[in-house]
Amino acid sequence: MIPELGHIALILALCLSLVQGLLPLVGAARNIPGWIAVAPQAALGQAVLVAFAFGCLTYAYVTSDFSVLNVTENSHTLKPMLYKISGVWGNHEGSLLLWILILVVFGAAVALFGNNLPATLKARVLGIQGLIGVGFLSFILFTSNPFNRLLPAPLEGRGLNPLLQDPGLAFHPPFLYLGYVGFSVAFSFAVAALIEGRVDPAWARWVRPWTLAAWCFLTIGIALGSWWAYYELGWGGWWFWDPVENASFMPWLAGTALLHSAIVVEKRDTLKSWTVLLAILTFSLSLLGTFLVRSGVINSVHAFATDPTRGVFILIFLAVVVGGSLVLYAVRAPVLQGVGVFAPLSREGALVLNNLLLAVACAAVLLGTLYPVALDAINGAKVSVGPQYFNAVFIPLMAPLVAAVGIGPLLAWKRGDLAAALRRLLPAAVAVIVALGIGLWLQNERGFLALLGLGLAAWLGIGALCELALRIKLFAAPLAETMQRARHLPRAAWGMTVAHLGVALLVLGITVSETWQVEVQQVMKPGETVQVGPVLYRFQGVAPYKGPNYTAMQGRFEIIDNGQVVRELRPAQRRYQQPPMETTEAAIRASVVADLYAVVGEGDAERGWAVRLYWKPMVSWIWLGALIMALGGFLSLTDRRLRVGAPAGRRAAAAAAE
Amino acid sequence: MRLSYLIPLALFVVIGIGLAVGLTLNPREIPSALIGKPVPDFSLPPVQGRERGLASADLKSGQPSVVNVFASWCVPCRVEHPLLMALQRDNLVPIHGLNYKDDPADVAKWLDQLGDPFTRTGADRNGRVGIDWGVYGVPETFVVDGAGRIVCKHVGPLMQWDLDNKIRPLLRDLVAGRPSQVKC
Repeated sequence: MIPELGHIALILALCLSLVQGLLPLVGAARNIPGWIAVAPQAALGQAVLVAFAFGCLTYAYVTSDFSVLNVTENSHTLKPMLYKISGVWGNHEGSLLLWILILVVFGAAVALFGNNLPATLKARVLGIQGLIGVGFLSFILFTSNPFNRLLPAPLEGRGLNPLLQDPGLAFHPPFLYLGYVGFSVAFSFAVAALIEGRVDPAWARWVRPWTLAAWCFLTIGIALGSWWAYYELGWGGWWFWDPVENASFMPWLAGTALLHSAIVVEKRDTLKSWTVLLAILTFSLSLLGTFLVRSGVINSVHAFATDPTRGVFILIFLAVVVGGSLVLYAVRAPVLQGVGVFAPLSREGALVLNNLLLAVACAAVLLGTLYPVALDAINGAKVSVGPQYFNAVFIPLMAPLVAAVGIGPLLAWKRGDLAAALRRLLPAAVAVIVALGIGLWLQNERGFLALLGLGLAAWLGIGALCELALRIKLFAAPLAETMQRARHLPRAAWGMTVAHLGVALLVLGITVSETWQVEVQQVMKPGETVQVGPVLYRFQGVAPYKGPNYTAMQGRFEIIDNGQVVRELRPAQRRYQQPPMETTEAAIRASVVADLYAVVGEGDAERGWAVRLYWKPMVSWIWLGALIMALGGFLSLTDRRLRVGAPAGRRAAAAAAE
Repeated sequence: MRLSYLIPLALFVVIGIGLAVGLTLNPREIPSALIGKPVPDFSLPPVQGRERGLASADLKSGQPSVVNVFASWCVPCRVEHPLLMALQRDNLVPIHGLNYKDDPADVAKWLDQLGDPFTRTGADRNGRVGIDWGVYGVPETFVVDGAGRIVCKHVGPLMQWDLDNKIRPLLRDLVAGRPSQVKC
């Protein structure tokens, strides 16, 4: 009964999304107030209906209702409760429902918090959101219904892929989708602006919080995914340039460019058609990612169960959404003329450089991801593009970007003085020299790249702090004035500094961990010790171990310091019964100094066990850096200028309550 | 309308057509012209640190075998590796490794680290033997009967399902000498 209610709720949501997609757009064009006013109600109604459907599916999972096909295929009674719930989105149908839920929640948020928008713009934005909803709801109802029944119901389900039974992965998809889908709002704003033929600083200010929120969530989502790959796959790496990873990385690159170009529109009323194009492309890349992951076009290590009919549907949807918006762009963008003029050496110029590098990087990733498909389509050759390509194109693009990020914020709008900016960055230059000195002193095999990374991290990190210090006149004015200035500095400025510091930490983490990592692979017998970098490990053998839905062979390593056992690591090989599968559970002792990472492999008591031990200095700074970037974004989101209108709304509500 | 504003649309159309063609192709299933044919003639030295090399004669010993094309630089190979180890533990037939375009030190390290399921290995440094085998990409897995004829080809990483429903039943039939119903 409950699954049927969920199914009906989805059908009603589709009907409502048709209403939301048609009436407000026509109403805004013909100026029919009643039709315009439909938009917010329809958006709220959809959110309620889809949330109800999502609740129904979750209920089926929690109660292990195996008469629902989707639950049978992906769940099991022995699974811990957390994974019963995360199993809802651990499969194609359920994750699509989560995607739609987030889409309609964003729509409802625009309806609720968009009070300061002009009525026609708001109606058009919600109308476009409605049309996207029509596409996705049709997709789920016609090709991937999560509520399909299975009769007679089996006694037991088939279980969730053990690799997905992990807290990191439980939260990875929701964050990723919050990012992907959040960009749909920027897309709707862009299309609405094209329809209206007007992009101005006010428009940029309305788009910015939505883009920023989506970007923060996507950053966290990608960081969680990378962290999961690091500790769950047990290969010791944290990024593999896999097509699925690229699928999430491309919208991130485009979204980062969009965030920065929207600033130029807001402050200087120029770069308009480019910003609109970026908004369209960012969401298009999110859709393309969905297509690649779910259609079976690309062979990936962690592609979803794929199905060509779904592929056809998404491709048609992609053609309508992306093709349609790009046609609209080709017709309408020429009317969006920029007003502000600026010299190449200026804040705008720096942001254009940022956009250029990010866009080229994004295109390079797109090329690398699609090249195998293209070659297959042209002459049937099957190839895969590996990290060699991506590293070779990516590092030369990111290095100048990071260097420019250090300078950009110090340049003035319109016309900047590079010499003056560089003089102010003297402390950063000193930091670079110190960093290079440390790099040379430590010696390593990767020579140039290590020095480059260290230098860039020092430049950007200290550069960001220099910029902050200049703004609050640190040491240049009395402390009281500095405090005063720090308090009055807009949150957006704080957000920028924090986010740029995050980038510096990320670069530092990548450089140090890739350069000075120590890896030991050997066969060990119980009682033997091995030195891995500065750490002495003693292997204490392997013992069987039983978990809730798996058995495992668990190895035990003691970390010895001055003859004392200070810590234990227990890596394992798990063997899941349902579905039958083996997973490697790396044991990781994480800290800000270095991660200790141990994996135990095949072997037996006589010949010993194959073990892999790493000492990974500062590797956790990679994710820490990403989280700090997201934190900077959230900080900027609380800026007063983005909340203008919110207090007025509250006052009005209070007045109404009286 | 200025033409430059049409560039994004034009690029998207090209990508869309490519994806549409891509949809009609399956990256995992590639018919091999070699199915039912004898294995090509070749003789390769072993990879670094192993003793027994791989040649076409080794595949015509009367015993069925599995030939796995792998490389240390290939991420999907890592994914399927535990399954090859499991297949080796079955002790059903020998598994041979055709090491495709790999660095000798890397592959030796790889096998030491992850375990070595292979009875024989052949180091195909320049990929010439791979071309004769019709290898498109790694990993690929071939099932060869006792007379040295290629019976089955699997493209992409082996998954548990492939092993349980294709490879193992097929090998059992071959070992027992009965005609196999397994669709390959």
